[in-house]
Amino acid sequence: MASLDRVKVLVLGDSGVGKSSLVHLICQNQVLGNPSWTVGCSVDVRVQDYKEGTPEEKTFYIELWDVGGSVGSASSIKSTRAVFYNSVNGIILVHDLTNKKSSQNLYRWSMEALNKDSSPTGVIVSNGDYDREQFVESTVPLLLIGTKFDQIPENKRSDVLTRTAFLSEDFNAEEINLDCTNPRYFAAGTSNAVKLSRFFDKTLSGKIGHSSTIFHRTGKRY
Amino acid sequence: CCFFTNFTVSLYFCFQVRQYVVQVVFSVTFAFSCTMFELIIFEILGALSSTSRYFHWKLNLYVILLVLIFVVPFYIGYFVVSNIRLLHRQRLLFACMVWFTFMYFFWKLGDPFPILSPKHGILSIEQLISRVGVIGVTLMALLSGFGAVNCPYTYMSYFLRNVTESDILALERRLLQTMDMIVSKKKRIAMTRRQMYQRGEDQNKQTGFWGMIKSVTSTQTGSENLSLIQQEVDALEELSRQLFLETVDLQGTKERIEYSKTFQGKYFNFLGYFFSIYCVWKIFMVKFWSQHISFILVGIIIVTSIRGLLITLTKFFYAISSSKSSNVIVLVLAQIMGMYFVSSVLLMRMSMPLEYRSIVTEVLGELQFNFYHRWFDVIFLVSALSSILFLYLAHKQAPEKHMTL
Repeated sequence: MASLDRVKVLVLGDSGVGKSSLVHLICQNQVLGNPSWTVGCSVDVRVQDYKEGTPEEKTFYIELWDVGGSVGSASSIKSTRAVFYNSVNGIILVHDLTNKKSSQNLYRWSMEALNKDSSPTGVIVSNGDYDREQFVESTVPLLLIGTKFDQIPENKRSDVLTRTAFLSEDFNAEEINLDCTNPRYFAAGTSNAVKLSRFFDKTLSGKIGHSSTIFHRTGKRY
Repeated sequence: CCFFTNFTVSLYFCFQVRQYVVQVVFSVTFAFSCTMFELIIFEILGALSSTSRYFHWKLNLYVILLVLIFVVPFYIGYFVVSNIRLLHRQRLLFACMVWFTFMYFFWKLGDPFPILSPKHGILSIEQLISRVGVIGVTLMALLSGFGAVNCPYTYMSYFLRNVTESDILALERRLLQTMDMIVSKKKRIAMTRRQMYQRGEDQNKQTGFWGMIKSVTSTQTGSENLSLIQQEVDALEELSRQLFLETVDLQGTKERIEYSKTFQGKYFNFLGYFFSIYCVWKIFMVKFWSQHISFILVGIIIVTSIRGLLITLTKFFYAISSSKSSNVIVLVLAQIMGMYFVSSVLLMRMSMPLEYRSIVTEVLGELQFNFYHRWFDVIFLVSALSSILFLYLAHKQAPEKHMTL
């Protein structure tokens, strides 16, 4: 029933955006009752049915590695964190919709995880240094999740959604905006649940190497 | 003018705090504290006229005392009480009660200390400052005692343990192995849960007496297993956290070793020896042979300790903040910071050359400054000795920990 291979998905983002709550919601289908500061890395496992409904259906375990910390951490913390970034099959980037800085820091997070961090001193790298070309070569699927959606007042929602649309275009990733304390966002059949399943299928197919789901990233938006 | 720059800087500090009120209170405290130091510098440089300096001193002092004694404790009480769900309805009432308790203990604090002469009234400036001063001076002495011992210990290469690349790699391997074990156990839990869920569905189809008995027995052993594995997972997660922190510690030490081999590192190493000698001298001797040199040195120590304090406070804030308690923490930090600044002004008077002491004495009234100096020295000595003991024990324990790897 279970594949012997390991499928690893990193969950990255600034501290306090809600990564632990999100991982708990994805894996246990329950809201996390007592969120606390993540020290180091916490792992949880999601049971995913690959190609559900088809004759090739197989059950896999996807490991979600929730790495704690911030982009401005001391370099000793960063070098220790780097051991978690080996052999990654997918990355979920989490940002807080009410905090613009957490969205901007996602560029640095993705660079750090893909071992392309060029400024180890802790200075926030501005948008201009981010190079889309580097992400074209990478074959790791990305997913963008914005949290604390319920805390945005109605009149500001369209601005926030435009901003996240630009972000998802930059990362060439799908985006989901939700509130981690409300399980109905991932209820079966919602578009969010479909996007999440699609992302996990991409990670699994990347791992298995099925030719039918090869994922073209070149020449898309230039 | 300086006030507003300080205000904006401190506002930037607080971008993580949600409540507007907390941001404002913290910024005001920080701004007025910094303005006090600027006033001392103006005093020495002779900038602005003396009457305007006097006016600004008085204004600053009143505002700071108002904030430290009335505003901040009240808001701390208010936010703590709001976090407790039972008392949520009568927040204001309980916050006022907490504040009155605080004022009672604050007042009682003054009794055992020979701080002031009985001719002053109850709500005079001297009464309030003396109490704030006692708390602040204690805090400062504790921090400087620890800093005086910790600073040379951290930066002098004599104390740096020898860390090799293989030590770090071994620890990292253990960390990853622990994570793998956590993952495999969580997979078992997920598999068991899924099986139980599927079997539960099948069980629902079975009706009757035997069906009920079967469902009860099977789920019981299932959930017993689950709780056992869950306990193992919790223990392993705690272990992984400890391993992570140990690895961070080793990496930090290795980086410090590399840094000490560079020129900058050697320069700071020399400074470390110099300052440690000065701190030892300060611990064991009481009289200064030159007022001006000691003033400059104390100024440097205070500036670096304030910088260190702010850095430690921000690290501490990041480490323990959560959405519920961040307000309380920021306010507590504002309170500590304000008291720290007020008492450092009191203590700086000790090291200032005679001609500049006059305005400080004039503004702060007739406080028994000698008492503060002696109190500071006593607490400094106690703190330094206990931190020496603590660091010695920690240093001895650490090599044994790594020998078991």
